[in-house]
Amino acid sequence: MGNKQTIFTDEQLDAYQDCTFFTRKEILRLHSRYHELAPHLVPMDYTNEPDCKLPLALIVDMPELKENPFRNRIVESFSEDGMGNLSFNEFVDMFSVLSEMAPRELKAIYAFKIYDYNVDNYLCKEDLEKTLNKLTKEELTPEEVELVCEKAIEEADLDGDNKLSYTDFENMISRAPDFLR
Amino acid sequence: RGGGRGRGRGKKAGSDEEEDDEDEAPKGRGRGGNRRKPANKRGGGKNNDDDDDSEDESPKKKRGGAANRKKGGKAQDSDEDDSDDGKGKRGKKGGKKGGKEEESGKGKKGDAKGKDKGKDKDDDKKKKKKKGDSSSDSNSNSDEEEESMSEGEMARLMEEVEEKKKLIATIRNKPWRMKRRLVLLKEAQQFVDKFEGALGKGKGRKWYAYKVMMTKVLMGLPYGSIPRKTVPRAEQDTAQDYSVLMDFNVSIRKDDIYFLLSLYFPSKQKNCLYHRFFRVAKGFTFCCYKRPNGRLFGYCKYSVLFYGYYDDKRTIGPLKFRLPLSYLMVGIGSFGYSLMLVIRTMAKNADVGGGDGEEGEFTFAWKMFTSWDYLIGNAETADNKYASITTSFKESIVDEQENQKDENIHLRRFLRVLANFLITCSLGGSGYLIYFVVKRSQEFANRDDLSWYEKNELEIIMSLLGLVCPPLFETIAELEDYHPRIALKWQLGRIFALFLGNLYTFLFALFDEVNSKLEEEQSIKNASIWAMKEYYANYTRMLNDSDATPPPMNPADVIRGPCWETLVGIEFVKLTVSDIQVTYLTILIGDFARAVIVRFLNYCWCWDLEAGFPSYGEFDISGNVLGLVFNQGMIWMGAFYAPGLVGINVLRLLSSMYYQCWAVMATNVPHERVFKASKSNNFYMGLLLLILFLSLLPVVYTIMTLPPSFDCGPFSGRAKMFDVIMETIRLDLPAFMGTLFSYAANPGLIIPAVLLMVLAIYYLNSVSKAYQNSNMELKKKMQMARDEEKNRRNNKDSTNQVMKDLEDLLPNRSLSPPPEPEKPPEPEAKPTKTKPGSAGKGVNLQKDVALASSNPNARGPVDRPPGPRGPGPGPGAGRGRGRGRGAPPS
Repeated sequence: MGNKQTIFTDEQLDAYQDCTFFTRKEILRLHSRYHELAPHLVPMDYTNEPDCKLPLALIVDMPELKENPFRNRIVESFSEDGMGNLSFNEFVDMFSVLSEMAPRELKAIYAFKIYDYNVDNYLCKEDLEKTLNKLTKEELTPEEVELVCEKAIEEADLDGDNKLSYTDFENMISRAPDFLR
Repeated sequence: RGGGRGRGRGKKAGSDEEEDDEDEAPKGRGRGGNRRKPANKRGGGKNNDDDDDSEDESPKKKRGGAANRKKGGKAQDSDEDDSDDGKGKRGKKGGKKGGKEEESGKGKKGDAKGKDKGKDKDDDKKKKKKKGDSSSDSNSNSDEEEESMSEGEMARLMEEVEEKKKLIATIRNKPWRMKRRLVLLKEAQQFVDKFEGALGKGKGRKWYAYKVMMTKVLMGLPYGSIPRKTVPRAEQDTAQDYSVLMDFNVSIRKDDIYFLLSLYFPSKQKNCLYHRFFRVAKGFTFCCYKRPNGRLFGYCKYSVLFYGYYDDKRTIGPLKFRLPLSYLMVGIGSFGYSLMLVIRTMAKNADVGGGDGEEGEFTFAWKMFTSWDYLIGNAETADNKYASITTSFKESIVDEQENQKDENIHLRRFLRVLANFLITCSLGGSGYLIYFVVKRSQEFANRDDLSWYEKNELEIIMSLLGLVCPPLFETIAELEDYHPRIALKWQLGRIFALFLGNLYTFLFALFDEVNSKLEEEQSIKNASIWAMKEYYANYTRMLNDSDATPPPMNPADVIRGPCWETLVGIEFVKLTVSDIQVTYLTILIGDFARAVIVRFLNYCWCWDLEAGFPSYGEFDISGNVLGLVFNQGMIWMGAFYAPGLVGINVLRLLSSMYYQCWAVMATNVPHERVFKASKSNNFYMGLLLLILFLSLLPVVYTIMTLPPSFDCGPFSGRAKMFDVIMETIRLDLPAFMGTLFSYAANPGLIIPAVLLMVLAIYYLNSVSKAYQNSNMELKKKMQMARDEEKNRRNNKDSTNQVMKDLEDLLPNRSLSPPPEPEKPPEPEAKPTKTKPGSAGKGVNLQKDVALASSNPNARGPVDRPPGPRGPGPGPGAGRGRGRGRGAPPS
């Protein structure tokens, strides 16, 4: 694993470096992480860009995501097929967006995707309910969930269609003090 | 230069062509069409940029050139290089191949573009236009214009390269899939590599890559490399209060220590120590036998901890360190410093607090979308976070429901009065208890046969009161049924009052004692003076030699007085120490032992201990914060008489931080409902300020009025403590300074100064009030605007009939050839002329207007006419009239 040349060519590393918020070393480390997830599936040699994908279940088990209530959604929204199968590219992409260096706007876009459970580019009430239940481990009563979701939509919905478009979401989240301090 | 001129011409040509653009449009579109589609599909992104670009093309060229110059590795030369290159090309290609060459070049470009379809969505429009331009150029007037065209090509190319570079730089910020990103990046890089060489800027990329690498290195570690554990459970928000205060106190104390160290250090010079030693040794035997109740602190009593240790020698050592003066200065200065620090922190907090003024706007939405910390990777922490989030949601829900609650007001009023009465009673009771105990301890002071309890009765009682009363208050407060946040404030206020009342009772009792000590001291002083006289008399008589001068003797060296300052210091140290003990024991027994019992007895118990009655302890944030504040006040008060108290307190704070941290993590559960008393921590800071002020009072009082003990401490022998300052002014400063100070101390100067300050405060206060008002107004306006917008959007198609009518009218109007007929009173030619263009698009117009309807100003002039006219025959007439008018200009 020590030898860089066996995993990526220099150009590949450069390209990754330009496309993500990581350095060469971090990319290599990410690869080794990726490799560790399924040593028999993931080749060590990535110079010819092999086509290989890891299923959601493996990725979700990483310590970084393990405790995250939205882990499935995160992985799904970064996978091209929407089912949560990640190629190495998508894997790197995911960590790049989640990294500290990623700008707020980018994170907001992906956050929106993550919270959008039914992938219709709107956060509707069902999405919010799911989000809320994940967040609280379903400890709120249905009435409370109802109330909270209604309130949240009422607060953030500017165009009155009872669901949050990305503009609404962006407008709301850009003012949030806790979002990417 | 020739090149510059050429380019200028090119620009001019470009602008000319812009007018021709419409003629050429089909061509341009034809070419651009296939490119446009992918761009549209992808949508969003950089559209703003290209809009700008396409709007002001010629300036953009210039700008692009400038940017190139800046960015490229070759600073100034690049431009000339470019032009030279251009010239060279021109020279070579110009004559021979002419248009063909040009076209092939274009073809190449087209290929390049074809390759990287997507990424130049940025510049699609512009390029389209330009293509149109250039093609028209090359076709129509190929020979003459050729040179300038190649210049234009050059500029375009440069721009494109620039854009690619920009893309490369920002590609990581694009919300695209990695695969696409990689492909696009490759294409962009190839493009840049290909054309940059021609433009002579090969080094740019490397430099850029280097820069990127450096920033990455400098910016540190990415996600996942740092394990992180947040503060557990519901404490997360509120623990901030605590930790902030803790930090704050520790830092204050550290500063104090620093101060004091600077004080101690010189005083520990050899001769001083020597002197002290004798004194201490002498006094020790004497005092211990005389006043047995000091035995607990028998050894410490004469240590650096206390006032009595310090010398009254005016200057020490070759550096002439003025101990008494610096003692006083440090004592007062630390107060001043603390005041400043508290106020500054409050001001900063207020600033921060101002930021979340619009908090109410998105409470739930924010909670829902931003409360999870994506860095959590620890199962326990995650669990805690879930609990905390749930609590915070519940809190908000309660808040929300509280707004709609309405109950029997009379009963509640009665209960509240009752509760307050009860609490006042217990406050008074605790005050009296303390007074009683202090009095009793003064009686004890004269006795020898004291048990441990009797010796430490006062401290035990005070700690117990602090332990018992808060829960009592909480129970009583249940009666009141306030909103939790208000209830918390009441609770804190009451506990604070309790602490403060206790402290002050204690102080008054102490002052009683001090006064009695002063009397005692007076008699001892007389006795010692008498003894000294005796000594002199005996000396001369025994030697029978009137010439021999007796060895000098200070009255202070003879008999020790009680030294009330040290006594006060001892009381405070005792209080602090017992406070520490009680805190630690409470945690150990109340939290740890309880947790252990609950945990292990739960296996063999008839009901669920963990969920049921005893359960685990809660970390009482507000109580702990108050404890800190109170402790800080005690330190402030005691530090003058027992400078070592500061050190003790620092040790206490540091140890208790780790200890409590452990206890919270190991044994506590979150509060059921957590409410922060204030958003900006200023509530606690305010309490701190108050207690600082209150602890300042007694100290300043003693400094100003009570005479210091005559035989101990840095001020011994002086009538008042502040005499030291006078002395310094008199002896160490030049004479004119003395007169200056005497003028400055003149009431005639001070009273106006105070008056001025009061006026200034009044003025500033009113100004801030005015600002507050205007702030409120603004907030209201913003809220109104938001509501209005919401309403408008909600009711867009149903209620607003006028608007609907208008929208119905619009397309018809646009069909009629001379548009803008509805403004008969303003027969201006220009507006009518500009509109046709937009009206020509007809179909789009309706949508545009519908969108624009959100902007009342833009709409104003248009919707006036239909209003007064009503739904009747107005429109037709209007149009007719309008047409009649509008026709001539077109």
